[in-house]
Amino acid sequence: MTELTNLTIAEAREGLRGKSFSARELAEAHVDAIDKANDALNVYVLPTPERALDMAKASDARLKKGEAGVLEGIPLGIKDLFCTKGVRTTACSHILDGFTPTYESTVTANLWAEGAVMLGKLNNDEFAMGSSNETSFYGPVVNPWQRKGSNAKLVPGGSSGGSSAAVAARLCMGATATDTGGSIRQPAAVTGTVGIKPTYGRCSRWGIVAFASSLDQAGPIARNVRDAAILLKVMASSDPKDTTSVDLPVPDYEAAVGKGVKGLTIGIPKEYRVPGMAPEIETLWQQGVEWLKAAGANIKEVNLPHTKYALPSYYIVAPAEASSNLARYDGVRYGLREKGSDVISMYENTRASGFGAEVKRRILIGTYVLSAGYYDAYYLKAQKVRTLIKQDFDNAFEEVDVILTPTTPGPAFALGEKTGDPVEMYLNDIFTVTVNMAGLPGLSVPAGLSSEGTPLGLQLIGKPFDEETLFRTGRVIEEAAGPLFKPHDWWSKAA
Amino acid sequence: MSVDRATVRRIARLARVAITDEEAARLEKELSGILDWVAQLDEIDTSAVEPMTRVAAMTMKQREDVVTDGFCADDILKNAPMADDHYFVVPKIVE
Repeated sequence: MTELTNLTIAEAREGLRGKSFSARELAEAHVDAIDKANDALNVYVLPTPERALDMAKASDARLKKGEAGVLEGIPLGIKDLFCTKGVRTTACSHILDGFTPTYESTVTANLWAEGAVMLGKLNNDEFAMGSSNETSFYGPVVNPWQRKGSNAKLVPGGSSGGSSAAVAARLCMGATATDTGGSIRQPAAVTGTVGIKPTYGRCSRWGIVAFASSLDQAGPIARNVRDAAILLKVMASSDPKDTTSVDLPVPDYEAAVGKGVKGLTIGIPKEYRVPGMAPEIETLWQQGVEWLKAAGANIKEVNLPHTKYALPSYYIVAPAEASSNLARYDGVRYGLREKGSDVISMYENTRASGFGAEVKRRILIGTYVLSAGYYDAYYLKAQKVRTLIKQDFDNAFEEVDVILTPTTPGPAFALGEKTGDPVEMYLNDIFTVTVNMAGLPGLSVPAGLSSEGTPLGLQLIGKPFDEETLFRTGRVIEEAAGPLFKPHDWWSKAA
Repeated sequence: MSVDRATVRRIARLARVAITDEEAARLEKELSGILDWVAQLDEIDTSAVEPMTRVAAMTMKQREDVVTDGFCADDILKNAPMADDHYFVVPKIVE
């Protein structure tokens, strides 16, 4: 039944309703595939096969009774940042060892209410801090894609590297992910998958382990634009438990897919042509422009003059908010506790052994920029720069409907290749982080292969709460780029 | 170097993270590197700019001031490393 894992969500939805196969068969096909692949790819930190089969059984009963939800019987992977009731949730940090929530995040509760089936918890960078999934306490995820003629292990992007790799390797039909500086779009780009970070406030943050609260947003990673639209429709909601969630109705995103781009104006920001950008990224970007033009869109150059300041201001705002959010891990209420001679040394020892190097680095930067006398010079300054970045976009959106950029400055790199210099690693998010700083929606869609034979993505940036235009435009690029991007299976153990 | 070893030690103490001498030496270099890189923000004059507080104009939501949750002490203590009779247990604080 391995071919079942190749279906898109839209196809599986038809198959389940038409009784070509059962939810149980669909879940079993995925459980088997995970069993064979997880040793090589390390995508799931906690597979939950029994739960998957139980949920699938319940889905079959509802399908039979004609009570199927929107995602009835669709097997999904859940990033380990989402609290799942009764299922260990650690944010892939040692400090949350054994933490088993007694509640469910709003986003995952929305998925289960529509009949989705949970396959397990997916690997991610520790507390979502990373761009390569190499900071996870459970070890790195391996990208199912390999360079032509090489078996070097490549990173799947980060922080949602388990989500992107699992979707690409057909180990779930779609996955939840979160994006604080690019953590949905960047991993989607380097694995040939589609990822959307919706507008800040579109998905509830309740029950998602917090990293930087003014930037964090949940969104899906899927194999094509339509599937991403189907998933986001269910994940998004207004939630009284998150005061930053908006009280706007959730549109039918799937209905926007296929509407085309005729008459839309696409903005091209020249500031994204950064020094040292690989020529093939420039070529891909130009190709995207040609595709959209051919589909009837108008192209217009726009100015986003504060682009270069987005990443440095992000590295003030995000660590500052993280240092505050992560203060809760004190060895008292949950997770790890190390011994100490008094309560302060218990805190210090617990946090020393519980947090990894990148998390400590960000906590210390955040503590420094928020410490007495520095608040105005750093955090307040960075929040003012955010206003300027937001104004750039507001001005651009007076003239255009959507903005097209590359998603990443290059294709997937090898494990260990960029772990030496933190700033070099941060530069992976140069094209995605502006979108978080301005709170806008951004979608990454596969657009071609690099000279190494690995996937590259294009990013679409939209007006606040205009995810529909991203799905419309993304579908046009996807169609022009050709059939689904699929790595060849080198990772499955023989049965 | 934007930060020296003593500053690294001071902020680690503020953040309640014990660090080794080796870590302090590495962090001195890394934190200085990051802070030197973010210093490029000094190029922008933000004296007349308001800090960003929201993506789209919206009024802070309000709700009825009623109890919506509670009576779940067992749930709250379920993940505690040490608990006793509905209390979190911590090292002795007051002599």
